[in-house]
Amino acid sequence: MLGILLIVLFAVNISLGSVSIPLKDIFSSIFGGQASKESWETIIINFRLPKALTAILVGSGLSICGLLMQTLFRNPLAGPFVLGISSGASLGVALLILGASLFGGVFVSLSYSSWALATAAFIGSALVLFAVLVAAKTVRNTMSILIIGLMFGSLTAAVISVLAYFSEAAQIQQYLFWSFGSLGNLSWNEITVFTSIYCIGMAAVFFIIKPLNSYLLGEQYAKSLGMNVKRVRLSILLITSLLTGVITAFSGPIAFIGLAVPHISKMIFNSSNHKILIPASAILGGIILLICDVIAQLPTSEFTLPINAITSLFGAPVVIWLLVRKKKIYV
Amino acid sequence: MSNKLKKDFLNKPEANIVLYTKELSIGYSQKKQQKIIANHINLAIQKGRFVALLGKNGIGKSTLLRTLSKVQKPLGGSIELNQKSLIKYADKELATLLSLVLTERLPESQLTVIELVALGRQPYTNWIDKLSKTDLQKIIWAMEQTEVAHLKDHRFYELSDGQLQRVLIARALAQDTEIIILDEPTAHLDMHHTFKVFNLLKRLVDNTNKTIIISTHQVNLALELADELILMNEESVQSGTTEKLIEENILSTLFPKEIINFNKTLRQFSINKDN
Repeated sequence: MLGILLIVLFAVNISLGSVSIPLKDIFSSIFGGQASKESWETIIINFRLPKALTAILVGSGLSICGLLMQTLFRNPLAGPFVLGISSGASLGVALLILGASLFGGVFVSLSYSSWALATAAFIGSALVLFAVLVAAKTVRNTMSILIIGLMFGSLTAAVISVLAYFSEAAQIQQYLFWSFGSLGNLSWNEITVFTSIYCIGMAAVFFIIKPLNSYLLGEQYAKSLGMNVKRVRLSILLITSLLTGVITAFSGPIAFIGLAVPHISKMIFNSSNHKILIPASAILGGIILLICDVIAQLPTSEFTLPINAITSLFGAPVVIWLLVRKKKIYV
Repeated sequence: MSNKLKKDFLNKPEANIVLYTKELSIGYSQKKQQKIIANHINLAIQKGRFVALLGKNGIGKSTLLRTLSKVQKPLGGSIELNQKSLIKYADKELATLLSLVLTERLPESQLTVIELVALGRQPYTNWIDKLSKTDLQKIIWAMEQTEVAHLKDHRFYELSDGQLQRVLIARALAQDTEIIILDEPTAHLDMHHTFKVFNLLKRLVDNTNKTIIISTHQVNLALELADELILMNEESVQSGTTEKLIEENILSTLFPKEIINFNKTLRQFSINKDN
């Protein structure tokens, strides 16, 4: 049922925007036919379709990352944001954009290429992940790892404000726009790269469903059930950084989805079983980000709101409402 | 090994020993410093016995059980499980031979009783954790043995302490191992549920030939039901059949004599009223 909802929303998302396009024309242009207006076809194929696809990839990927983090750290507050991975990506981008005015030279020319931004974000998130991994090796306590992740978050935020202080207004604006998050602006080329990395990460997730379930009993029980705790921990961290890295690289630091969606699916399905939660979170994540994107476009108007504002406006009340209603959230 | 050789081998008494330790020393090592909790531990636990590990708080019962179940490394000496060194077992193989019931609270989650018990089948299931017919039979059997079948769709956090403990035992049973190690399974239970758990464990040993090792403070119950005892005090770790330990008056070393006395005729500990 959720799957059908996802497809419907996918179509609705494409149809709405500054120009409304009837659903009939959307299907005909996607499936190789002709839309009633040529301009509509261009809009659909080159703008709306990539954006809707990106929304699904980003929403589902972040939700899965959040779910994995929550299980790994046995903490309902965990998510790619909390662990500092998103902050790492932001730092990479900030260094590139804001550093342009400080260091000049190559940075300036690079800072306008979306590939350079993507690479910077990926390197940033990978570096923070590496630091967290090193910390995880010496610090056994998962709570401490969470706090270390938070500290990395504040550190990067501090570095970014120092950089911003010395930067020019134009650069600061460019960085701010990136940090608002954006689902559009991706070419088909970029979408192909995005999708392939996404598929690698998602395929890996299915292989750790079983250990994720035994992880629910705690590390000692998991080990006594024959699970290789170290290897599973490493795989979870690698999958999360890969997915978060690539998502943040292409669409900016999208807030709240990673934290809120796993909780929403846990509430809806009333389960902690990852066989249910993983597909549920992926589909729900796609649905929710499609909805957020529809709202962000303010249908039939010329304006588009930053997607990050919408996810938080939407996500925060949902989590609060769930908490108040259920009184309790689960890992 | 040919069948005849195998038979001869099995007839030897040592073939019945499932868990064997030699000069084992346990404790923690931190930054090259070793904190030894107990050493010279020599145990030979036979198949199909109900073994109770007794000793006062903080003496190292949990540490011993953790070491025997490969959660923690020994500081010295050796442990053999089925005549093979414990360190040579991969976690996955060990999971089919030894299961645990721990004292720590489970992390919060929405697992149902049947899901929790089914996790015990993980060492046998395929990569996606699909339960076969045998798996389901074992799960149902385990829940029937522990009388929790009627709770199967409840979330585990809704259960009383007594019910939860039986569910955890069901999970260990579903794991279908020769040895089950339980760390203070009756710690939070009232007398009725404590008796129930002890009875259940005793019945399992008698009916299934499993070896069950528990640590407990229910000394009098252990004396009544356990086949063998392991006694830990500051000086040493001693083990043997309950009869032998009573006969040789070794039990009286368990607690300081000023307060608690062991009464050999009553086979019970009692408060020393002379003081």
